[in-house]
Amino acid sequence: MVRVTAEEAQQAITAFIVENFLFGNAKEAPAPAASFLETGLVDSTGVLEIVSFLEGKYGISVGDDELTPQNLDSVANLAAFVVRKKGG
Amino acid sequence: MAFSTSVLTMNLEAEAERICGEIRRVVGQVLKRRGVIVALSGGIDSSCVAALCTRALGKDRVFGLHMPERDSSSETLSLSTSISDTFGFESTVEILTPILDGLRCYERRDDAIREVFPDFDAKTWKSKIVLGGVGQGYNAYSVVVETPSGEIKRQRLPLKAYLQVVAATNFKQRTRKMLEYFHGDRLHYAVTGTPNRLEYDQGFFVKGGDGLADIKPIAHLYKTQVYAMAEHLGVPQDICNRAPTTDTYSLPQGQDEFYFSLPYPQMDACLWGKNHGVPAAEVAAALSLTTEQVEWVYKDIDQKRSTTRYLHLSPQLCQEVSEITH
Repeated sequence: MVRVTAEEAQQAITAFIVENFLFGNAKEAPAPAASFLETGLVDSTGVLEIVSFLEGKYGISVGDDELTPQNLDSVANLAAFVVRKKGG
Repeated sequence: MAFSTSVLTMNLEAEAERICGEIRRVVGQVLKRRGVIVALSGGIDSSCVAALCTRALGKDRVFGLHMPERDSSSETLSLSTSISDTFGFESTVEILTPILDGLRCYERRDDAIREVFPDFDAKTWKSKIVLGGVGQGYNAYSVVVETPSGEIKRQRLPLKAYLQVVAATNFKQRTRKMLEYFHGDRLHYAVTGTPNRLEYDQGFFVKGGDGLADIKPIAHLYKTQVYAMAEHLGVPQDICNRAPTTDTYSLPQGQDEFYFSLPYPQMDACLWGKNHGVPAAEVAAALSLTTEQVEWVYKDIDQKRSTTRYLHLSPQLCQEVSEITH
């Protein structure tokens, strides 16, 4: 399995958010540790969009029991989750 | 004093009078219409609105619509007709199925379901959409199907398929509203919306569908209060005793499994508690839930408010038009 670093995953996730949720406005990109629920930038549908993106990009499959804020509620959490899923 | 669900008890007669006064004022002076359209689903909310409007305006100024479609429960029409019969206002039946077929509502929905169940055939299978329960993290929807042999299968929907199932089934609410406005325009009547507080607050409606209305008389009443009000106003017992249903999918679907994380009496209590700053532990004790469960519901309420905020927004302008005020 091809490993992914947290930094690479963070970059990819941030780029996805800037492109799809901010229409290219990188100045508004979320800080890695910023909670999506608290900042309101990404809502629950948005989280599922990101999950879809990650499943496609990294060839991972996200189970129902993994749809938790611990795994998905910030760029940093998402990146760490991807690294774990890729066996990092 | 410890929190209890008795906080939802109200003086029903006084509240009915107050709402009726508002209906008369809004319909006559604000909307300047001569009566109201009420779409009757056979459920408690539309029945309660019909009862209030009849009391406020008189039976000759209320027009009811019964709008079943292919997936409606077999009892829908008899229940909704019992409301127009009980309160004595005129009504008509509009069968939605041919319109929805024309829109390819069922076909588009079934195409999306086949992304997870390739053998799905709506003629012989039944389906519904369900939500993950309390404490299961983010809200993810699954499709549940019943095969011809009676086997029940459940599978989480990929986002694209989920969005298409919802988009297709939303045709139902939007088609109903189109017909309500046809009759509203024809009679110079206002169109009612029938959400209760839970639905209104949590965005459990379709924008341009059941969310579209000129007046929403019970949007401030918790569901528990709607039941009590309906009973007070003489809504038939068959309707008062019926569990809330979406009546939208071919498998029976409770509102609590589709949208709300708990049955409505508990959701009402949690929403009231959250709105009034009651600590989760106190609400939990009154409902025989754990504090963690109520804390999760409190967060879920905020999350749904955030996700559905756009449903409540009027069209957004890029510059104010100061001559037009809302």
